[in-house]
Amino acid sequence: MGRALLYGFLLLMAGFFLLPVYLVVLTALKEPARITLETVWQWPHPPYWESFRTAWEAFRPKFQNSVILAVSATLLSALVGSLNGYVLAKWPFRGSGLLFALILFGMFIPYQSVLIPLFQFMKSIGLYGSLFGLVLVHVVYGIPIVTLIFRNYYSEIPDELLEAARIDGAGFFGIFRHVILPLSVPAFVVVAIWQFTQIWNEFLFAVTLTRPESQPITVALAQLAGGEAVKWNLPMAGAILAALPTLLVYILLGRYFLRGLLAGSVKG
Amino acid sequence: MRDRILAFLVLLPSVLAVGVFVYGFIGQNLWVSLTDWGKDPAQALALRPELRFVGLENYRELFTGFVDVRFRQSVVNLIFFTLFFMAGSLGLGLLLALAVDKAPRGEGFFRTVFLFPMALSFVVTGTIWRWLLQPQGGVNALPTLFGLPPLSFPWLATREQVLAFDWNRLPFYTAFVVGLVLLYVAYTAHREGEKRRAFWGLASAGVLLLWAFAFGRGLKLLPYPEVHGFSLALVGVILAAVWQMSGYTMALYLAGLRGIPVEVLEAARVDGASEWQLFRRIIFPMLAPITLSAMIVLGHIALKIFDLVFAMAGLDYAPTDVPAIYMYLLAFRGNQFAKGAAIGILLLLLVAVVVVPYLATQLRKEVRR
Repeated sequence: MGRALLYGFLLLMAGFFLLPVYLVVLTALKEPARITLETVWQWPHPPYWESFRTAWEAFRPKFQNSVILAVSATLLSALVGSLNGYVLAKWPFRGSGLLFALILFGMFIPYQSVLIPLFQFMKSIGLYGSLFGLVLVHVVYGIPIVTLIFRNYYSEIPDELLEAARIDGAGFFGIFRHVILPLSVPAFVVVAIWQFTQIWNEFLFAVTLTRPESQPITVALAQLAGGEAVKWNLPMAGAILAALPTLLVYILLGRYFLRGLLAGSVKG
Repeated sequence: MRDRILAFLVLLPSVLAVGVFVYGFIGQNLWVSLTDWGKDPAQALALRPELRFVGLENYRELFTGFVDVRFRQSVVNLIFFTLFFMAGSLGLGLLLALAVDKAPRGEGFFRTVFLFPMALSFVVTGTIWRWLLQPQGGVNALPTLFGLPPLSFPWLATREQVLAFDWNRLPFYTAFVVGLVLLYVAYTAHREGEKRRAFWGLASAGVLLLWAFAFGRGLKLLPYPEVHGFSLALVGVILAAVWQMSGYTMALYLAGLRGIPVEVLEAARVDGASEWQLFRRIIFPMLAPITLSAMIVLGHIALKIFDLVFAMAGLDYAPTDVPAIYMYLLAFRGNQFAKGAAIGILLLLLVAVVVVPYLATQLRKEVRR
């Protein structure tokens, strides 16, 4: 009895979480003219693949923008975070603890409180509207979280390893290159997944700092779905396209995804 | 020595970047919020606008000015959104964690299913749920699958409000609620034997409540009554937000449940504790710290919620307005930069009230360790 109730509840909940997905897929596969109230939940016969082609054509430039943006910003911020974490964990100087705390604070601010000066600044240095400007913004505002993750990871590496390398004559970068980097793979994976997902899914900076030609896919999707008299097959196909990369990361690297999530929960 | 200098130099660009992009911009934003930038449309988009210092004028207008009634509704919306979103995500997350924890089969499957919305962006979630919640759409048609008549609730399109109250009563209500919270703090301090904390909690609660009842009720923010309430169009937004975030609280709670030593539970069972007593006396107290950090994270997300509302209802739909949306609208559509900056500062203050005490206690704990 208890068992049946338990599984009943779990299946009901699984339905609640999966039904939207079912509806999205079947709407994306419908001819626009066939999307009506009576048949909302009915699977289309035959599936109409044309929507995906149209959506892909409409979204491809934005999808490419998102790929360039997320990949380059992720790589850069992983590099920055790794170096910062190395310094803060292994080369502390007077006041480095305070600097770390001041850097961390940057994670918690709502970006609305810097948005207007940021907008002005990007305009004044001529980076407003460019994809490169958006990369820069994501790298800068990613500094706190990536520094935190790498610092915590590196502080677990025993100092004796560094001492040994130093006796062998390695300096600051030598130790980083030959001792720290080879041990950093798990931290890089967590940071890469976290940053990629965050940057791919980000919207506020994207909508304020880009022009149509540099928009990532989130902005394009929100504008398409928000328009008047929408044909719903297109936004649904677009939503699938926008969701696919991060969903793949989640499915293929679920364990690391969760670790990133829990690391990020120090954030917010 | 050379290495120490290198280490410092490596950190320097990040320190400078954060210094400018976080602290510098917050300072500049604060300054902008104290000016009249945007009042004069001719100046608004000028390359070097002439800004005049106006003090707290923008803030005063937001809370008591005639034109910014939409801001006040957005604040009320934010309060209700935060409350229901947190309660929903925490409650559902806890239920899911308890159920998944008990299920001997299919645990991995259920965990994967409940957590996958976390991988989506709020824009994708919003687009999906916007479609699900069309008046003639998916959710309303759901009962027809079982041969029942369709629902007719207009979801996002409704303009109905419940729990309406006069904006003029806000100081009274705020003081009252904060007073009650302080009373509770004093009570727990008293029980833990912390006399000083109990005294100060009690004293400040007393002052606040006294003020609320003596003066707070007579205070008039506006010369006329202005009714705001919980906008029912938000129900759909809350539903979508809970759908996206409750998997996250489930993951947190699941980790917490797994962290409770089996021996403790066994020992309690041997002593004859019922399942409910186990939950009440052991499991729930051990999950309390997790609940706190989940509340911080969720509250933080709620206070700056923007993309979900943008994708579900758009910018121009007042019933689902939140401050972040109104801020964007004022600054980037209406060129009213000063007032937008003021909303940015208000959001920062709200987040700081939630996050700073939490961070302080976390840091203190780390130092003790």
